[in-house]
Amino acid sequence: MAVLKTKIASMRFDPPVILASGVMGQTSSSMLKMHEYGMGGIVTKSIGLEPRAGHPNPTMVELDTGLLNAMGLPNPGIEDFLPELKSLISKVDIPIIASIFGSNREEFIDLAGKMEANGVDAIELNLSCPHAEGYGASIGSNPDLSGDVVDGVVSVTDVPILAKLPPLSDVSVTAKSVEHEGADAIVAINTVKAMALNFETRLPILGNRYGGYSGPGIKPVGLRCVYELFEAVDIPIIGCGGITRGRDALEYILAGASALQVGSAVYYRGREAAKLISEEMIDLMDEQDIKDIHSLIGAAHRC
Amino acid sequence: MTNIEILEIDEIVVETPTIKTFFFDWHFDIEPGQFVMIWVPGVDEMPMSLSYIYDKRGITVRNVGEGTKALHSMEPGDRIGIRGPYGNGYEIKGEKILAVVGGIGGASVLPAVEKASRENIEVDCALGAKTQKELLFLDRLYDLTNLKVATDDGSMGHPGFATDICEEMMKGVDMVITCGPEPMMKRIVQMAIHKGVPIQASLERYLKCGLGLCGSCVIDGERVCVEGPVFTGEELNNFEEFGKYDRDSSGRKKPLERPKQTY
Ligand SMILES: Cc1cc2nc3c(=O)[nH]c(=O)nc-3n(C[C@H](O)[C@H](O)[C@H](O)COP(=O)(O)OP(=O)(O)OC[C@H]3O[C@@H](n4cnc5c(N)ncnc54)[C@H](O)[C@@H]3O)c2cc1C
Ligand SMILES: Cc1cc2nc3c(=O)[nH]c(=O)nc-3n(C[C@H](O)[C@H](O)[C@H](O)COP(=O)(O)O)c2cc1C
Ligand code: FES
Repeated sequence: MAVLKTKIASMRFDPPVILASGVMGQTSSSMLKMHEYGMGGIVTKSIGLEPRAGHPNPTMVELDTGLLNAMGLPNPGIEDFLPELKSLISKVDIPIIASIFGSNREEFIDLAGKMEANGVDAIELNLSCPHAEGYGASIGSNPDLSGDVVDGVVSVTDVPILAKLPPLSDVSVTAKSVEHEGADAIVAINTVKAMALNFETRLPILGNRYGGYSGPGIKPVGLRCVYELFEAVDIPIIGCGGITRGRDALEYILAGASALQVGSAVYYRGREAAKLISEEMIDLMDEQDIKDIHSLIGAAHRC
Repeated sequence: MTNIEILEIDEIVVETPTIKTFFFDWHFDIEPGQFVMIWVPGVDEMPMSLSYIYDKRGITVRNVGEGTKALHSMEPGDRIGIRGPYGNGYEIKGEKILAVVGGIGGASVLPAVEKASRENIEVDCALGAKTQKELLFLDRLYDLTNLKVATDDGSMGHPGFATDICEEMMKGVDMVITCGPEPMMKRIVQMAIHKGVPIQASLERYLKCGLGLCGSCVIDGERVCVEGPVFTGEELNNFEEFGKYDRDSSGRKKPLERPKQTY
């Protein structure tokens, strides 16, 4: 049977199917549940310094080809989140990655220090949320600002630092900047900035008007980003965006991903998404007698 | 295209000084206890139980804040958005059941009572509210069930809580269904478990996506919007958060208000 296990920095993932940030990632009990249902790693909801209610409802709407959300980075704030995190870490042995967001270098440093002190295996920097002004993609779309944040966080922490990037058309520029400043891996992509309108009422549907597009419809965008990144940087890439089946996951591996994150799949496949996707990956590999996933990483570049 | 459907409100019925029912034409298979997300365009989107699922379809809404106030100010012909139905429903079993209903909880329970009576299952009902004028669906329940009433101020029926009268009423029923304030439901669940009567209760948590992704509505790892809103006594008995606290829009824990008297 094909072997899926991979390593990124000091973290071992088996299966390399990781819960993406923002999905069932706010409480210890929900993340524990996702682990029980087969996730090989967990990224927490993006956490900031202060509690944030997020954008007003509607915050999410189903589209024909995916989902649109404008949650607006709701989170209980780091102080209220740490007990949830500690409880989770005491109960599981898979890698737990804390996602953090801030508006500047100092806020990221502050949050990263607190997360590391509480035992996380790695820190993911949200440089990519498209619907919270001043945060996320507001930083990630600027290669210098992104590099500056990474430099700050790397200089005060010892755990691996992952930079989660937005689906920029020149994503390699930001990626090179964060690699240069010491990021250990890149996560690509976050949601694609988008919107939904309603004809009868003449109104944008989301409370925030703009949101982030996820699910099957964005897979081609994610694949393109990972493919470009594989040629631009030497650090490992975690692929994300529209993975709902084993076949999608393996396409990302071929593009150059060493591991995968899934979010919307929890809607399309249920809580057991990671288990189903891993089984499908193994089946597809077995059919072609491929023993080890490492032989597939970046394989689409060999033509 | 999105899955939000825009409907016109056909009819509005004033149920109590704080509660109105909104009827609309909407064709979807619905189980009693399921809910929809109601979009008040430009204002808010809120989870609402379907309070009428048979001859006509509707939601019954208590005016508690900005979004529900905007709904209450609407007129027939005004437009709302709807998506769903979401969540599970009540699973009615046996020959005789007891429904314990508090406050706005009737919106969730009534369709289950109607289904039971259509299937010739006998229904006993304990209905509670603060005062007589706030008793929701008194006529509907009077027609369908063996009804007992409790009001906090004693203006009608038993002076006190529905929980006071339902202990006696649990004798001889095959199951209990309940929806109302969570401290009330907690007490009823404990009573039912103690007596060995199966029970199902419908919970409320802060809902955002309604799709099982954002994690806002989670109680003890289970999603109220997917695995709920109806949970069984066994599930509720294992929940640490049930009756103790819920979470606000940011995900911070909030203790659930305790009623003044102890049950
Ligand atoms: C599954 C489910 C079914 C429900 N069914 C009904 C029903 O049939 N009839 C009815 O009147 N009410 C029902 N509710 C409660 C209803 O959704 C809230 O009263 C409503 O969202 C309040 O909105 P608001 O803007 O008027 O209030 P706000 O001023 O925003 O807040 C008032 C209170 O309502 C609660 N609330 C606000 N937004 C939400 C939200 N998105 N999700 C959950 N709670 C919220 C808050 O806890 C707050 O304490 C249901 C809730 C759930 C979870
Ligand atoms: C409801 C929801 C909330 C999200 N919240 C966050 C977040 O807090 N931080 C973040 O970095 N990404 C967030 N994302 C983006 C996902 O982590 C992921 O990058 C994106 O959804 C694409 O993957 P998918 O198609 O598998 O969902 C969120 C996505 C969804 C659907
Ligand atoms: S409301 Fe988002 S998971 Fe239930």
